[in-house]
Order: sequence, then C-alpha cells, then structure tokens
Amino acid sequence: MAGIVSYGAYIPPTRLAFATITGRPAKGAQRAEGERSRTASPKGAQRAEGERSQPEKSVAWNDEDAVTMAATAAANCLRGFDRAQVDGVIFACTTYPFEEKQGAALVARALDLPRAVRTADLAGSLRAGTSALVAAVDAVTAGSARRVLVVASDCRMGAPGSGLEMNFGDGAVAFLVANDDAIANLDSSFAVSNEIVDVWRRKGDTFTHTWEDRFVVQEGYAPGIVEGVRGLLERTASEIGAFDRVALYAPEPRSHAGAVRALRVEADRVQDPLFGRMGNTGCSFALLQLAHALETAKAGDRMLVASYGDGAEALALSTTERIDKLEARRGVSWHLGRRRGVRSYDAYLNARNLQTTEYAPPSDQGLSATIHFRERDEDLSLVGHKCNACGAVQFPKQRVCETCFSKDDFTRHRLSDKVGRVLTYTFDYFFPTPDPPVVVTICEIDGARVHLQCVDVVPEDVKLDMPVEFQLRRIHLSGGRPNYYWKATPVPEA
Amino acid sequence: MARDSLRDKVSIVGVGCCKFGENWDQSPSDMIVDAAYEAYADAGIEKPQEQIDAVFCGSLYSQKGPHETSDALKLWKPVTEVSNYCATGTDAFRCGVMSVACGLYDTVLVVGYDKPKDRGVSGPSVMLTQVRDLPQTPAGWFSICAARYFEKFGASRDDLAKIAIKNHHNGTLAPNSFLKREITLEDYKKARIISWPFGLYDSAAQTDGAAAAIITRTDLAKSFRDDPVLVKGVTVFAGPNPQKDPDFDFLAWKPTIEAAKVVYEMAGVGPGDVDVAQVHDCFSLTELLTYEDLGFCEKGSAKDHIASGRFEVGGELPVNTDGGLKTFGHPTGATGVRMIYENTLQLQGRADKRQAKDPEIALSHNIGGHPTACGIAILGRS
Repeated sequence: MAGIVSYGAYIPPTRLAFATITGRPAKGAQRAEGERSRTASPKGAQRAEGERSQPEKSVAWNDEDAVTMAATAAANCLRGFDRAQVDGVIFACTTYPFEEKQGAALVARALDLPRAVRTADLAGSLRAGTSALVAAVDAVTAGSARRVLVVASDCRMGAPGSGLEMNFGDGAVAFLVANDDAIANLDSSFAVSNEIVDVWRRKGDTFTHTWEDRFVVQEGYAPGIVEGVRGLLERTASEIGAFDRVALYAPEPRSHAGAVRALRVEADRVQDPLFGRMGNTGCSFALLQLAHALETAKAGDRMLVASYGDGAEALALSTTERIDKLEARRGVSWHLGRRRGVRSYDAYLNARNLQTTEYAPPSDQGLSATIHFRERDEDLSLVGHKCNACGAVQFPKQRVCETCFSKDDFTRHRLSDKVGRVLTYTFDYFFPTPDPPVVVTICEIDGARVHLQCVDVVPEDVKLDMPVEFQLRRIHLSGGRPNYYWKATPVPEA
Repeated sequence: MARDSLRDKVSIVGVGCCKFGENWDQSPSDMIVDAAYEAYADAGIEKPQEQIDAVFCGSLYSQKGPHETSDALKLWKPVTEVSNYCATGTDAFRCGVMSVACGLYDTVLVVGYDKPKDRGVSGPSVMLTQVRDLPQTPAGWFSICAARYFEKFGASRDDLAKIAIKNHHNGTLAPNSFLKREITLEDYKKARIISWPFGLYDSAAQTDGAAAAIITRTDLAKSFRDDPVLVKGVTVFAGPNPQKDPDFDFLAWKPTIEAAKVVYEMAGVGPGDVDVAQVHDCFSLTELLTYEDLGFCEKGSAKDHIASGRFEVGGELPVNTDGGLKTFGHPTGATGVRMIYENTLQLQGRADKRQAKDPEIALSHNIGGHPTACGIAILGRS
C-alpha cells in the first residue's frame, strides 16, 4: 500500500514578532507546547522553544524563497535515504518566482537527483500541497513511479500593516512516497471543487488580496472545510472521533477555532495550527501540521488532514509500526526550536525587498544563461569532482587536477550533503544585506576548499574549524530573477 | 635558466607621477599626459615622437585599451597594454624592460594609469559574471589570512593599526599623495569595519592616477642624465587561487614568496640588502604578511619588527615612504609604476622629507587578484 516513507520540514529560523510589526510591546507570554521524542534535539537554538515570550511568525529572510525552503525541506526528508532511487518530484507552490520554467526541475537539480526523474509543478491553489501528496500516492499505487518526492513550499506576502501580513508565515515540507516501508498510509481522500473569489493574487501581484473578511469566512472557508471533512468521513464511514489527530488548514486562528467547533473535534485531538509561532504557510500549511503530528505519533494512529482553497480536500492517514523505526527527522519541532528574532520592522521590509529605493532594480538580462548552464552542477547542486588519479576532491570542476596535474580524469562528487569545516572567515560589512555583517568563510568539504557565505550565525559564534552543513539560498537577483547558490550554516549541536 | 641575464642591462632615466586622488576634472588622458611629460622632462626628452621607440602601458579598468595612451600622447608607435590585477603596473614595466634588454628597442615609455572614480562608487565595484562571484569583495579576499594568522602568532588589530598610522604619516610627506592626514590609534579604533579585521584605515584609498617611467639601454643611459637607476631584476608570478588551493595555510601569500625567490636571484641580492621598499598595502595585513613573505623578517615575527619602528622613515628599512596605497592612493594600473617612481627618487636622493638614508637597493612589490598575481622589481643605484 502506498504511503509516506519519510518526511522533513524547513521553517526559516528568522521570526518576526507581532510587536515588531505593530511597534507595540507584546502582551504576556504565549502558551508553551511540550515537544516530545522523534524530533532531532533542538539544541543550538538561541532560545529554547518553551521560552518564547511573544507571538511571532516565521519569515523567509533576504536570501530565501519558496525554492530554497523547498530544497532544504526535501534534503531533510531524504536524510538517510538513497537519492538515486527517487524517480518523481512534485513541487507544490503558489509563490514560485517564475511563470514559465519549472520549480520541480530546479528542486531536483538542487538535490542532485538522477536525470530520469519525472517532475511536475502544482500551483495556483492553496490546496496544491495536499493535491500533490494524493497525486504522488496515486502514481505510486498505479505503478507509474516508485519513489516520489512531494515538496510543498510557500512564501506568501500580506501587504505591510495588513492582517494578512500578521497571519502569514513561511515554511516548506517534504514527503517521500513509496509502496513499501511506509510510516503512514493514505487510507482515503475526498475533494470538492468550488469557484469563489475570496482569496487571490493576480499575475504579477506581490501581495495576496482578499474580499471582505466576513464573506471570506462565512461563504468560503467555513462551509468549504466542513464540506471537505464531512465528505471524507462519509467516504470512510467514520466519525470525527475516530481520528487521533486532526490537522486543519485555516486562514487565521478564529476561523480555525470555528472549524474545530463546527466539526466537533475534541480539544486534545486538534493539531496545533501554530498561529503565533509559525503562521499560515499557504499550500504547505496543512502538510506541515501533518509532519508535526507524525513526529509524536504512535503506530496505529489515525490522522485527518484538510486543506482549503478553491474547494477543499481531506485526507485520512494511519501510521504503521515503521514509524518507530524512522530516524529522528528535522521536522516542525526541530525548526521551531531554532529561532532568531528580527531586529526591526525596517530590517524585515529590507529583507523582503519592500523598501523604497532610490533606483528601480536593474532590469537587465542578468547573468549569461550559458554560464548558468555550464555551471549548473556547481551552482545548483554543489557538485565538484574527484581526481581519479590522486583522489583529490576539487570545486569547481577543473580540466587539469590542482594536485597531480592529470587531465580530464575525474568523477562527479556531491558536496551539498556533506559536513565541512570552517578554515577561515571574515565579517564583510561591505556586502549589501539587511543585517550586516555577512559572514564569509572558506570551508573544507571532503578536502575541497569552497568560498561560501555562512548564514544563520552571529559573528561571535564563528570559530575556526567549526563544522558546517550546506543549504541552497538565493545569492542575488541579477537580471531580476533569483540566482541560487549554496551557503554554509553551522551544524546544529546534537 | 640564467636569471641574471637581465640584470643591469636596462636603466631608468626619467620618472613622472601625477597627483593621485579623486581627480574629478581629469580624464585618463589628462593624467597620462601629466605623468609622461614629467618623465620626459626628467629624462631631458624634448622630442618624444622621435626619442621613444615603443610604449608599454598598464591599466585594469581601461575603457579604450592602448589607444588611450597613444592618443593622449600622440605617440604612433608599437603600443601594448598589459593587465595583471594589482601587479599590472609592475608587469607593464617588466614588459618594457624585457623589450629593451633583448635589444628590440632602445628607449621605451612605461605608463600605468587607472580612473576608478568615474564609476560612482567608493571602493571597488562588485562585478558579476558568475553566480558564485559573490560573496567576494577585495577586503574579503585579503582578510582570509587574518583569523588563522592572528591565532597562530598572537597578532591583532593593534599591530595592523601601527602600519595604518605609519602610512598615514608618510602620506603627509609626499607632495602627490591623496590623503595628507595623520591618524591616531583612537581614530583607527573608532573607524567602521569594512571586512573584519579591516576597518576604514586598514584599507587602501582607491583613487585616480597615472605614473610613468622612461627606460633605456644602460649604455645609453648617461646620455639622458648623470644618475640613471639600474634595473636589477623584475618578475611576476601567478600562484594558485588561495580560496581553493588545497595546500594553502592562510599564513603567507604564495605568489610573493615565489616571486621573491626569482627576483632576488635575478638581482643577485637578498632581502638583507634591501635599503628601502614600497610594498602592496591594499590592506594593512597585506603589508604585514609581505614583510615576512619578502624575507625582511621571520614568519610570525612581523609584529615585533613593526613595534621596533624598523619600517618607518628613519628606520633601518623604511617601507612605503610615500604613504603607500593607503594614503598615496591606489589607481590599480598606476600603482606599480608609482612605486618605481618613488624608488627611483629614493635611489637618486631626491625624496626630500621622506628620504631613506643613502639607499643602494630599492624593492617594489604588488600582489593582486584573489590574490594570485605578484610583481616585484628591484632597482639599484648605478
């Protein structure tokens, strides 16, 4: 039976406190949630999860977008799994930076997956995440693919000062779907389609629009999510009480509470929607809640996941005994435990390119597409090569070996999933960034030396020989389009 | 390889250097004319169109190539433009010297120039040709030795400060320097950081400028002036990129060490024979490492020699007597030729308040690129 074999998440460590948005001090501390087991330890966090003092949301920082978050969530999902076995990628996203040019192919390239991989994007609806998971299960069940990676990622923006801005968070989640060794099987799903202009973004819009709040909830979300869930209950001949965990998409906390009431979900079975901690992450939101639920699930738990957007979709899953055997995942709890507050609202606006600038951004052709093409291994996959004669690993690829001078005798060598160490560093105050300085390092990875920015670290914590791992990030916007490359980040303490 | 085959075959008979700075009202041609005509006058050349056989110019930011120089000076001759990162000026000089030494030309004009201040940015611009070109800035490239060197040898920003203070002082002694302002340790410490450990006063002043030298066969030199200066040796060296060199130890710049080996052998001298030096101080740590890499002192001991005042004007081995890149200014292509200008004045006893005591051997040094390129020239009193 086809189901979820592994999962991983990515929630940016950068958190914008509501008080920083409004400029008013926070009122009291938030309820802290006890996190248990099956999550890699969140040590290395600047503040432990339970110590959060004020409501906040996760924000993709200036070098992050839906693609970079997706790449990291997918890498987290594939930790301990053979990438060469993956033969499908479905990328669900409503905020992918290109209208034409596939996101799944970019994610597959970042993961250095085999070329013979079926890739597809699902977009346009906040239901895209759950739809992608169902499509993957369908494909595997039908036998047209064996191991499909599903990645849902969103980085939506509400206009500065709007309610949407406060409710939206950024995050990505990934699932590996296969026929055997599933930790959770998809037992059933139900979907309804509905045409309604309640929440939308037109081509080219930076910010999400909504119609009047009461219409959006009363005619859109509230009846929609209930119809989806009830349809599933009917199809599976179940009562809501049969589900140990109920994870519901909701645009904001009040609607979530309303849906919980309407569906009569018992309080201890409601999966925490993480408003005030992460926020509504768009098409990845319901699936991030599912990942969060899997972190603490026992074998035999039943889960209900529902998403909303142009209709609704509800999924019934049940966990298997394999869930206890899955190695610790970098999931939702792990990421919630690593946080760094945004210094000021101006820094946030700056990081999201929302500041007014003296000059319009240059609208040139950008970097040569042929250079992008030739260097795709290095830039997008962080792949170097290893000399067959002397064994030295080198980056970027050379024609003549740097060490033994043999010519054209190399084997591809992936560096992105390795642990490296910082050989030297500097703090660059010259390089443009919303929070200077930029930490710049030379890292040793399998003997190769690579010049990389180091992120999610403050200068005081940078040490010689510090172990680092690597994440795809947006390095600049030359040509008005995202240019991706890798950055180092400290290996979290075990 | 007979490395001494060049030694003493070529002499400098005239030098010139325009005022370095933010020369808003001067084009590259204006500065080239200032420097070249000063060099003509210095060499007693009155008819350059007849007396100059060829021109070698060096520029990193040139928009027009060799025509910039030939058109400015109306020298319709064999003209070559050289580009070799911060060693550009020294390499243009080297090409000129080789062309005279081999007998191809009798008298050659060498011009180094650059005009970075037309770009509307202070400091170097970030040029993108590859995705991976970021996060690189020159301060970032040259700072990569700091963390390791400081840890191993116990040096710190306090040692760098002494170099910055010295070069600011020396700049006040040179008529054509850009910055003429003494700084204190307090000024140094208060200045903003550019790329740790480099603050504003650790970083060279990027300026406009041009410098020129006239070289000729040594047997003809005295027909130009009585005190020509001998070219003892000159070389460039290209080393591996220290950002990916698997053997790099972050304690010494390989291109300098390798170029020094070659040039000392060419000149038949050792580091102990050098009486005055102009070295590449794009950043203060570059000057510190260069003291060691050129053999002026043992690896790791530079901070003690700095503290002793050895490298100050009046010290045993004055370094960057005109303020160096830090305060004289750094128009990339001009810098190597500006150093040859300064060393020529020093050897001829014409350096006024910044004069080293009776020097016989003078060395000039550039290092640039990632850094990967080094150029060194050794001159001697005839």
